[in-house]
Amino acid sequence: MARSETAVRDRTLGAVAILVYVFLYVPIVVLVVLSFNGSGQSTTWGGFSTRWYGEMLEADDLIDGFKNTVIIATATTVIATALGTMLAIGLARHVRSTALDSLLFLPAVVPDLVLAIGLLSFFTLVGMELGRITVIASHVVFDMIFVAAIVRTRLGFFDASVEEASHDLGANRASTFVRVTLPLIAPGVAAGALVAFTLSFDEFIIAFFTAGPESLTFPIRVYTRIRFGLTPVVNAIATVLLVVSFTLILLALKLNGSATRRAIDRASAA
Amino acid sequence: MARRDDAGTGNRAQGALFLGPGLVYWLALFLVPVGLILVYSFFRRTSIGGIEYTFTLDNYVRATEPLFVKVFLFSIRTALITTAIALVLGYATAYFIATRPVRYRLPLLVLVVLPFWTNLLIRTYAWIALLNNEGLINKGLRGLGIIESPLPLLNNQFSIVVGLLYAFLPLMVLPLYASIERLGPRLREAGADLGGSPTSVFRRVTFPMTIPGVLAGCIFVFVPSLANFIVPDLLGGGLKSMIGNLIQQQFFQARDWPFGAALAMWVIAITMILLVFQALMLRREGRMSGRGA
Amino acid sequence: MRPIAWTRIAVTVATISVIAAACASDTSEPSAAPTSAVPLEDQELVVSNWAAYTPEGLVEDFEKETGVEVTLLEDHVNNEDVVGKLQASDGVGRDVVFISGPYVKTLLDNGWIGELDHSQIPNLANLYPEATELAYDPGNVYSVPYTWGTTGLCYRTDLVDTEIDSWLDLLAPDPSLEGKITMLGTERWLLQPALLSLGYSINTQDAAQIDEAKELTIAAKQHLLAFDDTVFYEKLDSGEASMVHAWDGWCNYAVNENVEFVVPSEGSDVFSDTMVITEASENKEAAHAFINFVLEPENHVKVAELVLYKVPNGPAMELLDPEIVKAYPNLGITPEELLAFETELDLGDAQTAWSQAVAEIKAS
Repeated sequence: MARSETAVRDRTLGAVAILVYVFLYVPIVVLVVLSFNGSGQSTTWGGFSTRWYGEMLEADDLIDGFKNTVIIATATTVIATALGTMLAIGLARHVRSTALDSLLFLPAVVPDLVLAIGLLSFFTLVGMELGRITVIASHVVFDMIFVAAIVRTRLGFFDASVEEASHDLGANRASTFVRVTLPLIAPGVAAGALVAFTLSFDEFIIAFFTAGPESLTFPIRVYTRIRFGLTPVVNAIATVLLVVSFTLILLALKLNGSATRRAIDRASAA
Repeated sequence: MARRDDAGTGNRAQGALFLGPGLVYWLALFLVPVGLILVYSFFRRTSIGGIEYTFTLDNYVRATEPLFVKVFLFSIRTALITTAIALVLGYATAYFIATRPVRYRLPLLVLVVLPFWTNLLIRTYAWIALLNNEGLINKGLRGLGIIESPLPLLNNQFSIVVGLLYAFLPLMVLPLYASIERLGPRLREAGADLGGSPTSVFRRVTFPMTIPGVLAGCIFVFVPSLANFIVPDLLGGGLKSMIGNLIQQQFFQARDWPFGAALAMWVIAITMILLVFQALMLRREGRMSGRGA
Repeated sequence: MRPIAWTRIAVTVATISVIAAACASDTSEPSAAPTSAVPLEDQELVVSNWAAYTPEGLVEDFEKETGVEVTLLEDHVNNEDVVGKLQASDGVGRDVVFISGPYVKTLLDNGWIGELDHSQIPNLANLYPEATELAYDPGNVYSVPYTWGTTGLCYRTDLVDTEIDSWLDLLAPDPSLEGKITMLGTERWLLQPALLSLGYSINTQDAAQIDEAKELTIAAKQHLLAFDDTVFYEKLDSGEASMVHAWDGWCNYAVNENVEFVVPSEGSDVFSDTMVITEASENKEAAHAFINFVLEPENHVKVAELVLYKVPNGPAMELLDPEIVKAYPNLGITPEELLAFETELDLGDAQTAWSQAVAEIKAS
């Protein structure tokens, strides 16, 4: 009895999951297809064409924006992952405080428009010139919170007995931390970094306010282009980005897979 | 949160070391900027749209006028609908992924996140191409003879929910997945061994143990949905205002920073209540469930 | 000390400093314009404009001619964006700003722009006389107009059977147009059709009039497909919309050849996008040179060719290919015809009442 119920449940779950994936990807398919639409419009097909990809290479503003976005997102990820992981560890292990918990997660709760205006006012106040640094600094604010939240979930389920065992066997705190703790939370940290990069990469509002004249990001460039309608050149770039990110992720997965396995091997040998 | 991992592995000094940098950063680049906005909310707008530094609570009172309450309620309703749908869809998806063979899990998760790497504005415009009266869905349905006149799929609350759902669903799936995955298959089957039907196992054992993920996911979807203004603008055709639109309007069009700030503070207050609720639920859950198996 | 105690102290200190700082950052006092001891070719400019609103090559040509390095900052979609950013950055960060007429007063009142030195802009002589007396800045003391035009209705002659000649055709449309109309939804244009159809000034500060216009617009909203300021011409092309509320140049972007533009009988507005120089600019000489460069007929005509708006520059308009004027009738509207309409002005104290009305319309 139970097994067939499980089978039905499994099939339903599978159906819903597939539905969700379809939902997530239909617009992606649409924009990829439209990037090859000769007519350039979104409702009439004008034959297959790659001219938008050619035009894309001359879209200096979009390419420049993309470069800035990559640099900013990378720098943000590095800093936010470091700070966020440390926050998570500190909160989970050393300082127990619901107040601090809620307070620290405030950036996720403040409307991003408000934070954006506040940050610009702040930078003006301290006389800081707008540029990539101000965007990075601003993105780290909310990114580190997301990293902290994700690493936190991982830490909570952390089997501290492994650490206790490490101590019992004579390792000091620092050594335990580096060779036992870190590798075991690595998946959480990696997930956090992935989320941090994604959020910074596509972030518009805060960058809109804190970017300087030379550091406009890709989302800002797209936003300003919509004044004359979203041309298929933007779709073309988006398709290229999709392919690139897909490839990067495949690579990252391969590396991460082996890194995690190595970490587990080391930990179990400790 | 589990309690046992505190067994002597931490102390205050180490805590300061770990928390210090993040906390300082948070103070300087979050608290001060938001503090500025908070401070503005207590002042007045000058006739040229600047700020006059006389203390007043008028802005907070003004936010409770019927017009603004109406917009607040619409936003909360829309965000709740979005969150509810996201929870159902997200839970199913997360559960599905968690019950696949290990080697498929990360790729499946990544596939959920991948759309995020395409610019949100572009994806939203793709939805416009899909949903509008002369768009792909309507053209397709009419072409197949299923409908005669186009369905109003765009420029209404439906399309706003679709847009918000699209933007934030991955943020629901990820924490849910983290919660569900760590339960492990043994726990999921334990209830069944004890004689419960899969439904009751889910209701009484599985779901309650994934509450931390549920709460995190709901907050990650509800909060940004509430304050979003781009989706109502583009997919709602500007016909429906949400709080985010109101706030944007106050800062830019009305040039009434104090009032815009007060509106923002109200939004923050509402969401902080949710956060406190979440923290309390987590503590209760931590006490009840002890450590996960 | 325990981390919690540190937190409390830090928060208190931060709060105090924030309040002190906020009070200190009052409206900036305009600094005396520094006389540029820096030679022109060593100056740098940040020019802020809408995307695709500066002709290709204009900036490069200017750079070649003067040696000034120019960064074209195209980071806003409407006037409110720029004003918001200027407010948050206290007028710092841009040298030349392209902004619409009514906002000149706002920028001036807040001390973010200053008087222009006409001796550095001899090409002002190219402006039509009407363009030197625009109501929002008579005498071009603070601004120089870049483009100008009016607002009206754009419709598909093959999809619309009824005669279109009044703002009421937009606000209380024929049933055949139900759900196939868009209106401009930003800034001042939201209330304009109602005000014009009621015979009121588009710059009215009268609360009762604003209210009346608001009610009329709320009633009109139910017939709308959407508010749209950016892609309404695409909707005309696809047939999603049969009629749109539009700035005169935008009709020209529709591809369909059955698109007509009409200014309703009740009249319309005069809008003008202008160039101003920020008070905080440290490169005012280069900024003046840039504006002067734009006013060269060969340069200014390129703007008309790009955007298909009129430019307020007689010699430039004469350079315009007659075929283009024939194809796009809005380019043939003469200054006299244009100035028969009311020029948009800053709303002064009525801004809050307007914004409230707009908020009610959007929330209804």
